[in-house]
Amino acid sequence: MRAVGIIFSNIHDKNVAELARIRTLGSIPFGGRYRLIDFPLSNMVNSGIDTVGIITKNNYQSLMDHVGSGKDWDLARKDGGVIILPPYGNAQNSTLYNSRLEALKGITNFLFRADEDYVIMTDCDAVCRMNYNEIIDNHIKNHADITLVYKKRTLNEDEIATELELTGNRVTGVNQKSENDGNEANIFANVFVIKRTLLQNIVLDSISHNYSHFMSDVVARNINSMRIIGYEHKGFFAGITSLQAYYDSNLLLLNRKVRDEIFGDRSVFTKIRDSAPTKYGNSAIVKNSMIADGCVIEGEVENSILFRNVKVGRGSVVRNSIVMQNAVLGENCTLDCIITDKNVTVTDRKYLSGSANHPFYIAKGIMI
Amino acid sequence: MIRKKKCVAMLLAGGQGSRLYALTNNIAKPAVSFGGKYRIIDFPLSNCVNSGIDTVGVLTQYQPLILNDYIGNGQPWDLDRTFGGVHILSPYQAKNSSDWYKGTANAIYQNIHFIKQFDPDYVLILSGDHIYKMNYSTMVNYHILNDADCTIAAINVDKKDASRFGILNTNDDGSIYEFEEKPKEPKSTLASMGIYVFSAKKLYKYLEEDCADSSSSNDFGKDILPKMLKAGEKMMAYEFTGYWKDVGTIDSLYEANMDLLGDNPKFNVADSSWKVQSRSPLAPPHYIGENAKIGNSIIMSGCEINGTIENSVLASNVIVKKGAVVRNSIIMSESVIGEDTLVEYSIVDEKTIIGSGAIVGGLVNSKRKITVLGRNITVADGATIAPGEIVDKSVAKEEK
Repeated sequence: MRAVGIIFSNIHDKNVAELARIRTLGSIPFGGRYRLIDFPLSNMVNSGIDTVGIITKNNYQSLMDHVGSGKDWDLARKDGGVIILPPYGNAQNSTLYNSRLEALKGITNFLFRADEDYVIMTDCDAVCRMNYNEIIDNHIKNHADITLVYKKRTLNEDEIATELELTGNRVTGVNQKSENDGNEANIFANVFVIKRTLLQNIVLDSISHNYSHFMSDVVARNINSMRIIGYEHKGFFAGITSLQAYYDSNLLLLNRKVRDEIFGDRSVFTKIRDSAPTKYGNSAIVKNSMIADGCVIEGEVENSILFRNVKVGRGSVVRNSIVMQNAVLGENCTLDCIITDKNVTVTDRKYLSGSANHPFYIAKGIMI
Repeated sequence: MIRKKKCVAMLLAGGQGSRLYALTNNIAKPAVSFGGKYRIIDFPLSNCVNSGIDTVGVLTQYQPLILNDYIGNGQPWDLDRTFGGVHILSPYQAKNSSDWYKGTANAIYQNIHFIKQFDPDYVLILSGDHIYKMNYSTMVNYHILNDADCTIAAINVDKKDASRFGILNTNDDGSIYEFEEKPKEPKSTLASMGIYVFSAKKLYKYLEEDCADSSSSNDFGKDILPKMLKAGEKMMAYEFTGYWKDVGTIDSLYEANMDLLGDNPKFNVADSSWKVQSRSPLAPPHYIGENAKIGNSIIMSGCEINGTIENSVLASNVIVKKGAVVRNSIIMSESVIGEDTLVEYSIVDEKTIIGSGAIVGGLVNSKRKITVLGRNITVADGATIAPGEIVDKSVAKEEK
């Protein structure tokens, strides 16, 4: 009850434009049965944060369907729980927000109504387990005004990110970084903690000054006048910054260590849908793959992630691919380095191939 | 407006299931796992929901903890309702008496007020130990059409098996003229499935009479139904033609699980037109490792498979280590099969840990004898468990 959570569900939609065309970044399917928002949302629940606002902008039908009442995260509460915050126009502002700060302006009521001391904000562009409690503890101990969480890492290809300049744990500069020079840098993880009353003041202040960007207008301007600190996330962190990164991060789950860190304690929550258990036929050959419930496998699957209710026909081969829900692969077809969105059908004897550094994406509902 | 329900279902789930031995040491039979994902009670509960019956009383008595937990508020079956929904009915202490449920009829009689508060026209009596998909509303409609007082669901069994069942002898119009309990020379092969539809008023009348009769054993099959027939009530047999299996024994439970396998399984749980709902575990998709071999098997989420799995059913979060072979077996959730261990023709209950290099079960003179390992036990490295053994305590390695 000491912190209220805010999740930005589609602030990075452009990262994976293909997948986010019909949904928010937060509702992009991941890891066989999850959606990206499950990771921050589960982190909230596992850190004891039980009032969570989810800020959306557009394309949020799948998100609302997924989150529902929040009961699968134990967030269907009388007091608090999960609240989806779609944008709404008012007298001053009739267009959709374009930045984090504008989005926060739209939810001032939510912020004022809460009685928690702190606000923890996160985006849906990363797969990781974070203990927000420790971050808030650290924030309190350091008498911080704002805590920015970062990960020491190299940039992904084509990634544009915010690099933190640190002196001790104090953030002394924020720069945009867009070139992967091969060196590890302190890359902002789009997670931050702030006192709720301070955030309210910042939002009111930025309305009167017409500020719009949190990083450049608030953090950069106040880098000396406020106590802004960095907090390093040391665990696994997979940034979903492009289709390639999405593909690579999915396949990282085939690594036992990663799987144990993310799923070991079985506390990543997601919407529960009932499928029968997966059935393997006599001709199935499966190696190094993650396979969700409801599949029927009669062909070969290797180094792949299969979502729920995927059918792989006799003689078909799926390699290095991510196959989302309800795909039907006929007989004797081959998929190599392919990402299929939901409800894709591949008829008999088709050969589809991308490459490991350029996976091929097949859109939702396509029949080949 | 007085609210009422057309039909209320009463599910008898208090049975001890003593013929399942170690599998029901600590849990009631309806809570025994089935088919990797389900528990036996999911089938009658899902049938109710799919048939539009949203008021179900579940009568528990024997070891109800896990069953009660599992049913909870009924949300997985959409039975968390403000009017109706699923209710757990356990024996209770009343002002003048307090009794365990003495027989099936007595269990219903003790909860007659539960039924009456919904003022139903019909009461459906179910038992919690059968695997089947059945539309109860068709049966209720048949009951209404025939203006019956009691309708009994029945299934045609093989002539050689008929003497193991309660047999219904019927006229051409489906009305029953005689019951025969386990007859030596059956006149028909129509066996009672233990599923009854009663017109509510008749049920109340006969339950009250039965309760007053101190010589009665308070059982539907033995007392209520014969009394109704004798009194000339209209009793109909409703013939069911789908898959139905009483899973009250180790062998039948094993067979029913195996009936899920194959290209054209005898029993299809993945039927989207008749979904079997259950309380799903929270687990990631299962992982099949580099050295795994899998053929003709069912595997649930959360498993980590690095060995060989053939003709088997694995429930959630089972770990099968490298070199292990699981054949023709049922492994329930959270169990571990150690490296190079062989498990054949066995049922391994939940949370049981088998060490490495062990041998569990197998064939006896090329005949199947099911081995059973109970819940939450440990089998030491290198231990051997003979085919047909039923083990409910941890097994250390034999000293040689």
